[in-house]
Amino acid sequence: MQFLSDNSDLLWSAFLTTLSLAVTSGLCALVLGTVLVGMRVSPVPPLRGLATFYVEVFRNTPLTVVFFFLFFGLVYVDLQFPTRFVTAVAALSLYTAAFVCEALRSGINAVPPGQAEAARALGLDFGQSLRTIVLPQAFRTVVPPLGNVWIALAKNTSIAAGFAVTDLTAALQRLANVNADQLLAVFAAVVLGYLAITLPSAWLIRLIENRVAIVR
Amino acid sequence: MRITTRYAATLGALGLVLAGCSSEAGQQAEGAAENTAEVAEDVEFPAGTTMAELAEAGSITVGTKYDQPGFGLLNPDGVPEGFDVEIAKIIAGELGIAPEEITWTETVSANREPFIQNGQVDIVVATYTINDTRKQVVDFAGPYYVAGQDIMVAAGNPEGIQGPEDLAGKTVCSVEGSTPAQNIRDNFPEATLVTYDVYSKCADDLANGNVQAVTTDNVILTGLVAGNPEGFELVGNPFTEEPYGIGLPLGDTEFRNFLNDVLEEAYEDGTWAAAWDRTAGAITGEEAPEPPAVDRY
Repeated sequence: MQFLSDNSDLLWSAFLTTLSLAVTSGLCALVLGTVLVGMRVSPVPPLRGLATFYVEVFRNTPLTVVFFFLFFGLVYVDLQFPTRFVTAVAALSLYTAAFVCEALRSGINAVPPGQAEAARALGLDFGQSLRTIVLPQAFRTVVPPLGNVWIALAKNTSIAAGFAVTDLTAALQRLANVNADQLLAVFAAVVLGYLAITLPSAWLIRLIENRVAIVR
Repeated sequence: MRITTRYAATLGALGLVLAGCSSEAGQQAEGAAENTAEVAEDVEFPAGTTMAELAEAGSITVGTKYDQPGFGLLNPDGVPEGFDVEIAKIIAGELGIAPEEITWTETVSANREPFIQNGQVDIVVATYTINDTRKQVVDFAGPYYVAGQDIMVAAGNPEGIQGPEDLAGKTVCSVEGSTPAQNIRDNFPEATLVTYDVYSKCADDLANGNVQAVTTDNVILTGLVAGNPEGFELVGNPFTEEPYGIGLPLGDTEFRNFLNDVLEEAYEDGTWAAAWDRTAGAITGEEAPEPPAVDRY
């Protein structure tokens, strides 16, 4: 206990780093994923192709490789993010957006075709019907899969530890090596840190799911 | 396309260099094996000691690093080579165990203590710095080598870094959880520290200018400089002492005394220096230093 309180500053700031990595990347991925799914179901072939290409590239590339490319590959084309934290957020967002897009697409497919047809009969164009009729219903159906994506993202943030971001996993590496006699305490603290993010999330997801469920 | 080609070229070149080093060292080790890593015959130890058990079993499990050029690096045949590996062979030889009877286990910085405590390895020879926290949970024989924290900079030293004081206001890279990183944090807080999980990423960041220096034990930096002599150079001004010891289970004093005796014997009859010359010495091109005095604490 003494040991943990001695290192509480590091553990707390590492926890906040993990949390802000997850939240920032989660929001960016949600926005990007929604734009992507709009492109994927749009009637414009080039947009559809581009979104499909994006999803296949990022869904099928290991996250570590995405990180590696953004950290060490981009300099060769003279591009650079302002800080390493931002680079990590970019890698996590780009990767997770592909999964958000696919989750949303399954939701759109679950919306009965009659809904879009009715919207069209009322004179709404594609964008309007997507925004006001289809997506709101799609989001309600995909709360559980989006919850999965969110929890996976929260744990994926640990990859940033290998790329100069001091998150919980980096704190684990730092403390474990210096305090050989306190390994179990370090592990326990770090696991608790992750659980403090994922367990309330799971609870919140279930709450939202029940609130927004469509009774058919 | 340009990116991929450049990366492929770098990786390829690195692979060649590494392959070159290891096969060379391997051949030399083979040639020298007969007169150095001597295997004692008819060994006898007091019953009930660890030495007697190991000699009886005819095998020993040794934890070492697999990614440290010059100390413990896995060669393409899947056998580790380096100075740590040679030290382990000398010890095994004194127990009457031939090098091919040694079971090698990869240990990384974070798992050395648990591996010793749980008996997954008999000894650890893995650039293992002796310090007081670690002495709480394991025992150390040696030191058999004293490394020191040093600084690697871009070739030509454009920032004029001569020592750790010059790192103030600069960005310096090391590995998360390592002793050198902690030293910078504690004693040179004006330097901005960036920590990756492996040193190769630090080298990448130094090559593309994101950091101005890389710091860790001189022996590790020497391996990185050997991989890219046009790009990097060593400042060559060690500012700490990192005594490398042999880790063994806590409280086994008889075994520790035996290991210390073996080391002192190897210092005297020249096998220690010969082991240095054909491993780490072959990379640095420097002669074997004066062996450190073992610490029978």
